[in-house]
Amino acid sequence: MRKFILKRLLISVGILIMVSFIIYVLMRCLPTSYLETVARQKSMQPGSKSFEEWMQQLSATYGMDKGIIPGFVTWAGRALRGDFGDSWKWTVPVMEKFQDSVWISFIMGAISFVLEIAIAIPLGVIAATKQYSKTDYAITVIALAGISLPTFFFASLLKLLFSVKLGWFELNGLVGRNYAQLSAWGKFGDRAWHLVLPVVTLVVISIGSLMRYTRTNMLEVLNADYIRTARAKGLSESKVIYHHAFRNTLIPLVTIIGGSLPGLFSGALITETLYSIPGIGYVSYQSMVAGDIPFSMFYLTFLAILTLLGNLISDILYAVVDPRVRIA
Amino acid sequence: MSDNNQNSNSSSGTTSYSLNDDRRVRTLSPGRLVARRFFRNRVAVTGLVILVFMFVFSFIGGLITPYKEDQKFYRTEQKQGIFAAVKENKEQKLVISEDAGFSKVDGTMFEAMAKTAKGSFKVKTTSYTMEEDGEDLTIIFPEGEENPIAFVSSYVVSPEKQGETFPFEMQYLILKSITDQEDSFEYDGQTYEVTEGGGVSLDGEPVAYASRYTVNPQNADTFLTRQFKEELIADIEAQKETFSFTDENGETAEYTIKFDPATNSWSILKTVDSYVFDTYGSPSMAHWLGTDRNGMDMLTRLMYGGRVSLYIGFIVVIIETLIGVVLGGISGYFGGWVDNLIMRIVDIFYCIPSMPIIIILGAAMDASRVDPQIRMVYLMLILGFLGWPGIARLVRGQILSLREQEFMTAAEATGLSVHRRIFRHLIPNVIPQLIVTMTMSLGSTIITEATLSFLGLGVKFPFASWGNIINDVNDTYVLTNYWFIWIPAGIALLLTVLAFNLVGDGLRDAFDPKMKR
Repeated sequence: MRKFILKRLLISVGILIMVSFIIYVLMRCLPTSYLETVARQKSMQPGSKSFEEWMQQLSATYGMDKGIIPGFVTWAGRALRGDFGDSWKWTVPVMEKFQDSVWISFIMGAISFVLEIAIAIPLGVIAATKQYSKTDYAITVIALAGISLPTFFFASLLKLLFSVKLGWFELNGLVGRNYAQLSAWGKFGDRAWHLVLPVVTLVVISIGSLMRYTRTNMLEVLNADYIRTARAKGLSESKVIYHHAFRNTLIPLVTIIGGSLPGLFSGALITETLYSIPGIGYVSYQSMVAGDIPFSMFYLTFLAILTLLGNLISDILYAVVDPRVRIA
Repeated sequence: MSDNNQNSNSSSGTTSYSLNDDRRVRTLSPGRLVARRFFRNRVAVTGLVILVFMFVFSFIGGLITPYKEDQKFYRTEQKQGIFAAVKENKEQKLVISEDAGFSKVDGTMFEAMAKTAKGSFKVKTTSYTMEEDGEDLTIIFPEGEENPIAFVSSYVVSPEKQGETFPFEMQYLILKSITDQEDSFEYDGQTYEVTEGGGVSLDGEPVAYASRYTVNPQNADTFLTRQFKEELIADIEAQKETFSFTDENGETAEYTIKFDPATNSWSILKTVDSYVFDTYGSPSMAHWLGTDRNGMDMLTRLMYGGRVSLYIGFIVVIIETLIGVVLGGISGYFGGWVDNLIMRIVDIFYCIPSMPIIIILGAAMDASRVDPQIRMVYLMLILGFLGWPGIARLVRGQILSLREQEFMTAAEATGLSVHRRIFRHLIPNVIPQLIVTMTMSLGSTIITEATLSFLGLGVKFPFASWGNIINDVNDTYVLTNYWFIWIPAGIALLLTVLAFNLVGDGLRDAFDPKMKR
């Protein structure tokens, strides 16, 4: 087991190096005029350095004056020590901005993740046990509609209905206008209230795939021989489904859920942007659109790490949860 | 009933077969079996119907619609614009002779003295005397000279014809004859008659007139006739609020008179028809879904937008599939180090966060102002190039299991070439799963493209796409007031993607021979 994890870790590190190298090359290949634009914008800001100085600094800081490979080595060396440089857009160290924004994303992601599991798995199980019934069709279509629903359209509809027509929520932002005057509990409530629409959006958008996954796996288990045996023994239907079938469905579910845990930190790029929630997704979106290379480099690498971590966790979980799996 | 039908069917055939004749049994090819299973699935058929509708709507609708993709519509809007300003000369106005030859400083000093002084004043070394000639005219002479150097009056001399100006002396003579109530004066060898009400004419032709009011047109090009001015002033003095004027061509125009106490002047407002873009026009018979921000027909934009979205979806999926099938096929068939290498590449591509990358590239293309058409091509290439690993994995997995089966051993034993074995025997067996995956990823590609266009980083104006049509909701006013701009596009998008997913689901079930139904 230890050998397996070690091997996977090594492969992951290799992949990570390659991915960050590709991202780095990509960043370097952006049209140079683009970098000049950034430098010009920077130098326009009041009290800023001149254009040439910015160009020099940008080139020096990001190894733009070096070749691609030495530049990458420099960048990677710093990144290993946790130094991703200063963000151009936010004019603070990248890590500082990251620590400011990641927690709100995590909270938002975690709440919607829990809701998603709590809604999707029971519905998926029901759909599978009543295959080809009206309930099954309804659940399948709803799940597909959730997958097909473009985030931005759904968010706009929610805003129109609940913010404009009913006036229950504000259109965007994390805190209300009078946030500063509120008590500690009031502040907490205000933030929670502002998170309702984003969380609803996230849950509805992501619920479909988990629901379908549950249904498919449950169906597979229900067709297995040992379920027929259980029924033949005369067990009650609920016992068959919840003791024998569901436990076996849990194997792929736990794997996939475990694998998506790291993703909670990645932030919801589109949803956060739509609701202007200052989480890591929205902050990165702003940085990327502004051409903030240090922050974008960091964010892309961070996402790659999260993906690799997710794969690693699900692989390990798969072996842990299902004793039939032999690790070579 | 049904028995009867069958009987009549078989009897209508030329021969009746014996009971164990094979021809009595209808056989279906695997393709027709799949089609039958598919069409029995009502949800999937609904999806297919939606898809057909969307294709007709986007590709044929664009031909039928009377409008072009970027045809702009206009409407006339009535706007009250300032036409002229009228001011009563309560303060007296100083006019200096062109011959006075003051330097700038002297001129200013002279002006200041002339306005305040009484009787006489002195500027530098020269003394001037002021002579009051009636209530409204004060004439200023340099000490001991006959010819006036300036005068102060509340009357203003305006020309009868556009573009004319009068020299100082003539202005002086006109005003003097008016104040002295003389009938005529002589200037430059010609005799001018002075008529009642301040008019001056030469040989019966009106030349100029003097008035206490200055009327300045807002637009320097417009020339206001004397008649217009007089009628206007009469109405102002009568404290009317509206004014109508019929010019010599018999055209009547309506004006609104507004007094502005701050500047002590009147503004004459005229209602002008201005020609503007028909922005956010409500749905009407001409435009069933109204018009958008640029005054373009919404329904037509929606059709062309659908075209763009579907095009992009198809091309991206084709690119993905081509790369995925080739790499996955090679990897699965050869195994060993080739497989290892390709699978590591797949792993790497899996890890590259595609959405952020596309956003960054979109922003870079924004900065370097890439032409919208070329941009669309780039977008397809990027999406296709980032999307293939899923398909490669699928194909590899399938081929790994297929190549162990007997028919592959048979193919190898007959001595078929590698190329033929992969592309004629293995790939066709992967096609069912491939079609399902492609249908599903069409839907997700369309969503990705729409999301990018919504963020303003995908398809750009002047091209329409469902995403960039919805982009307008970033303006809260549009979100609140113009549902017809974004809701139809959103519904079209949702329906199309949903339909692709439903059809994909239906196909998956239909291809699966183990299916119960």
